[in-house]
Amino acid sequence: MKKLFVGILCLVMMISFAGTSAAAQTAGRYALIVKSAGNPYNENEMKGFAKAIKEIGGTAILKAPAEPTAEAQIMMIEQLIAQRVDAIAIAGNDPDALQPALTKAMKRGIKVLSLDSAVNPQSRMVHVNQADSEKIGRSLIQGIYEMIGGEGQIAILSATSQAANQNTWIEWMKKELKKEKYNKVELVKVAYGDDLRDKSVSETEALLKSYPNLRGIIAPTTVGIAAAGKVLSDKELKGKVELTGLGLPSEMAEYITNGICDWMYLWNPIDIGYLAGYTAHALVNGEITGKVGDTFTAGDLGKKEVIAVGGGTEIMLGAPFKFDAGNIDEWKEVY
Amino acid sequence: MSSVNIQTEKKFSLQTFFFQWEWLLLLIFVMINIINAHLSPYYLNTFTLLDATMGFLDKAFIALPMAFVIIFGDIDISVGSTVALSSVVMAVLYNAGVPMYLAMLACLSVGLICGFINGILIVKFKELSAIIVTLSTMILYRGIAYIILENQAAGGFPQWFSFLGWGYIKGIPFILALFAVTALVFAFLLHKTTFGRKVYAIGNNAVASRFSGVKVDKMKVIVFTLTGFMTAVASLFLTSKMGSTRPNIASGYELDAIAMVVLGGVSTSGGKGRMIGVILSIFIVGLLRYGLGLINVSSQIVLIIIGLLLIVSVMISSLNIRMGKSKE
Repeated sequence: MKKLFVGILCLVMMISFAGTSAAAQTAGRYALIVKSAGNPYNENEMKGFAKAIKEIGGTAILKAPAEPTAEAQIMMIEQLIAQRVDAIAIAGNDPDALQPALTKAMKRGIKVLSLDSAVNPQSRMVHVNQADSEKIGRSLIQGIYEMIGGEGQIAILSATSQAANQNTWIEWMKKELKKEKYNKVELVKVAYGDDLRDKSVSETEALLKSYPNLRGIIAPTTVGIAAAGKVLSDKELKGKVELTGLGLPSEMAEYITNGICDWMYLWNPIDIGYLAGYTAHALVNGEITGKVGDTFTAGDLGKKEVIAVGGGTEIMLGAPFKFDAGNIDEWKEVY
Repeated sequence: MSSVNIQTEKKFSLQTFFFQWEWLLLLIFVMINIINAHLSPYYLNTFTLLDATMGFLDKAFIALPMAFVIIFGDIDISVGSTVALSSVVMAVLYNAGVPMYLAMLACLSVGLICGFINGILIVKFKELSAIIVTLSTMILYRGIAYIILENQAAGGFPQWFSFLGWGYIKGIPFILALFAVTALVFAFLLHKTTFGRKVYAIGNNAVASRFSGVKVDKMKVIVFTLTGFMTAVASLFLTSKMGSTRPNIASGYELDAIAMVVLGGVSTSGGKGRMIGVILSIFIVGLLRYGLGLINVSSQIVLIIIGLLLIVSVMISSLNIRMGKSKE
């Protein structure tokens, strides 16, 4: 019995010392909460955020919940409030559910901003947006239209049903589809793979089964498009079912080279994290307050301005970038 | 087997008293607090600690009745889905114009009904084990929630509703105050009433209990219904905390609640365990998770640590039983 007690004690001590390095204290502590762990896109965001905070001279606290849920993010926000960090940047898993937790943080003097996937305007001071949502939505529909030859059934494979960024893009896709040009294109379903690899695979398989005449899939999420690429490759559906969306070059190079996906779009996730890092810093040192017209310098990205979008304010990273067989090889090494 | 629980009839011995599982839990509890305080300068602070309880106590409301279920030797894995279904029904009713307090009542009723259905199915189909029955209802309840809301969110609750999850009474979180009262009631129910005695009796030997005049079926239906009701209480707190709801909330809650109960020394083979152990383990798991979060340990490693804690504790408890047996 005694040995066991000692054993547990040792175990707990070992575990506890493993974590000490993270508890270092410096003047500025900037926290980032991404949607979930194990997603290469999120890991790149964290990389960029950490880079910006390092340039500033602060400490970056990077958090990723095991599951892409708002519950897990709420718990993390509370832990960050207790640590009295200076700023929290978050890619929200739900636009509204984080409001009580984030407003509590703001009441305690913590600067709150969202990036990538926005939380509602009441829960944040400013949002760092990767690219013009309208442009993303419309160009994805234009792309699939061209790939399927102007007619047929298409489906969307999204992330979680509460992801604000994906939902905005899907809205714009639907608006684009209303144009007369797309009379022969039918959007049959929006499926949700929850940004989980296995669920995205099974949702893709279900789409193919339920809609045997399906001609195209748009996956506006990096996990979804990679899963769909894998399913379409395995089932040898090249030329029968087309694929486009938003994907990481490193993950999608294989499917772009083998012709499953003719082209896709993305921005640099490292840059979003980087811009969020500098935005957090500008909020903390009072350079900006999140009001329209505020400007600041975001490191290598140069001067950025706060603009009004919807009911809140945003900072825009830039235009989405198109990846195809011609340029994928040089980008797949980058991110 | 049966001699393990009837403590009052055993003569008091100092050795058995100190070899009880609860002492080990208390030791772990104290150790976790010392280590957390040592690692994070923000941990040992009354406000922080009180705030921390708001993060994990919603599940604790499920763990309390779950202890009864597991003492029976049964299990209920449908609770996570019950949380989702009752929460979704409440949100949809409120958005359809039903007053909030009625919608909350509906939430509690849905939980009650879900639990009742579990209980009835378990006593009517004795050839099916509780895990199979609740596995089916787990899928069923979650499915209904998805049919009602279809992958969307619903919310917009009145401002006062957020008091449940975020409010304080004289500096103490409301959820903590209510949990303290509820935990006392459950401890009383299990240890000081004939109802509690019958629960242990059924867990030790259901057939013998039936022959001694215990209405086993009725008892089981009551306990499963109670579990459903308490699950709906947890659902109220979780929904209040989030301010909106989706059909996929509370996934994995069943495992969290069961883990708390098992770590608390309640044996899954039935008939053994005490409330104080469950309550201690609720705080052990919750504060350990919170403390690790405060020093920003990555969430996968947190899962591994809690898994290890569970394995080690179950190992020790089985060793404990074996040692106890060899002495007798």
